[in-house]
Amino acid sequence: MAEMWINMGPQHPMTHGLWNLRVKVDGETIIEAEPVVGYLHRGWEKLTENRTYPQIIPLSDRLCYGASMSWSHLYCLAVEELMGVEVPERAEYIRVIVLELQRIASHLMWIAAYGTDLGLLTGFTYAMRERELFLDLLQSVTGARITYNYPRIGGVRNDLPAEFERDCLRALDFFEKKLDEYELIYDGSKIFLMRTQDVGVLTPSDGMNLGVTGPNLRGSGVKVDLRKTDPYSVYDELEWDMCTHPDCDCYARYRVRMEEMRMSAYIVRQALSKMPPGPFRVKPPRNAPKRTAVARVEDPRGEGLMYVIGDGTDKPYRLKVRSPIFVSVSAVPAILRGYKVADVPAIMGSIDMCLGETDR
Amino acid sequence: MSAKEFMEWSSQVFDEVMRASGVKRGVDKITRPIWSWALRNSLFPLHFGIACCALEMAAASAPRWDAERFGFVFRSSPRQCDVLLVNGWITSKLRPDLRRLYEQMPEPKWVVAMGECAISGGPWYDSYNVVQGVDTFIPVDIHIPGCPPRPEAMLDGFLKLQDKIRHSTKGTFLED
Repeated sequence: MAEMWINMGPQHPMTHGLWNLRVKVDGETIIEAEPVVGYLHRGWEKLTENRTYPQIIPLSDRLCYGASMSWSHLYCLAVEELMGVEVPERAEYIRVIVLELQRIASHLMWIAAYGTDLGLLTGFTYAMRERELFLDLLQSVTGARITYNYPRIGGVRNDLPAEFERDCLRALDFFEKKLDEYELIYDGSKIFLMRTQDVGVLTPSDGMNLGVTGPNLRGSGVKVDLRKTDPYSVYDELEWDMCTHPDCDCYARYRVRMEEMRMSAYIVRQALSKMPPGPFRVKPPRNAPKRTAVARVEDPRGEGLMYVIGDGTDKPYRLKVRSPIFVSVSAVPAILRGYKVADVPAIMGSIDMCLGETDR
Repeated sequence: MSAKEFMEWSSQVFDEVMRASGVKRGVDKITRPIWSWALRNSLFPLHFGIACCALEMAAASAPRWDAERFGFVFRSSPRQCDVLLVNGWITSKLRPDLRRLYEQMPEPKWVVAMGECAISGGPWYDSYNVVQGVDTFIPVDIHIPGCPPRPEAMLDGFLKLQDKIRHSTKGTFLED
């Protein structure tokens, strides 16, 4: 049968974000795939060279709008290491709490989008409803719904509001009950299982060779989670388990994210109970010394890394970003090969694309 | 006179008679409110998420805000849409595609620029790759400021667009 190229994107219901997937099909079977990214490139790394260090925090919020807290946190971590700033312990705990709340919100957004991809619109409405709970919590802390501008170099902008602990625990109690309900909806849907199980298999060796990280790699049964293997902040003082699943398919990636939401709720509870009193912010120096620093965190989508070069002034000489999805998207040809065109939304949805950080 | 020529001639005569006799004005006066009511209460925006504001677009159609009660149903094909909702920064790579999407939409159509990036470039005001505002290459009807605007603000912008349609609908009987 004749082979042909199909363009899926940039305007296509399959693409969450703005990118273009070119697939070469033989009948219905995909024999080659080629992702085209760069529709959102705005020269982020170049722009940072013209901003002072605190001015970059709101920009790094807009790197990945699905999980903006973890990117501004990553930036602050990198600059703290560059400047040698010690963060107060209370600030570290506040950061862990907001990061985990952000992880839950991000995964809920993913569940919602994945539901619409696979014709499970009930899942979309349910997950978006519970996502508002966490956005409300984050809004009570930071004042914004999506782009928070909350972490600061040397701490966080403000302390947790009064009665945050009560609201947070109440939301988590409610959410954990709802999470069981999602599992009933998703795992009880025969269509969902048929479209995800044994579809989009990413073997562990492929995943590691191509540099895939985060829930996508843990869905292949590889035990890698920077919060455990290279702990930052206060993750090593908390008790929690890494979530993996051995199946390597889309269903495994879905299971990993569901378990991670449960685990995040568990971490938030612990951090709330262990949080010490004290200051939440120290004053950082204005200029950075002439040296380099690297920081990496476990983003909801994988391993994010920032590399800063300071040159003695108040602006970075160079700021390099390693985006997890830019690397994961390079694994697309390996995952898609051999499946049908109708499987593309199921497979690409399970990667959890975020194009803001991919194109930078 | 061929059949085609006869059709053209007869429709022209009909047109002129209707206009001159004032029938068109009378019919328009009756049908205009109906046409405008139908248009403004079934605005179909294009399902086209670009950046941060796309999440608020999704939140606006989710249960808490439920944009569908105002008649905003997101459609995936530009050929089924009335409104192009531009929600994010426009890079020079995206610009020709966005222009093509706009041209693929059938008339009547409106454009809503959501967020600072679509209005004026926003935080990327000095970027080498970001188009400084969508109104540099597409006519924009409604601007919704914010970075990103809350879903309430987005709904408010769409209600403003409904107001605009109410005040500007043309006649429907025999094209103007």
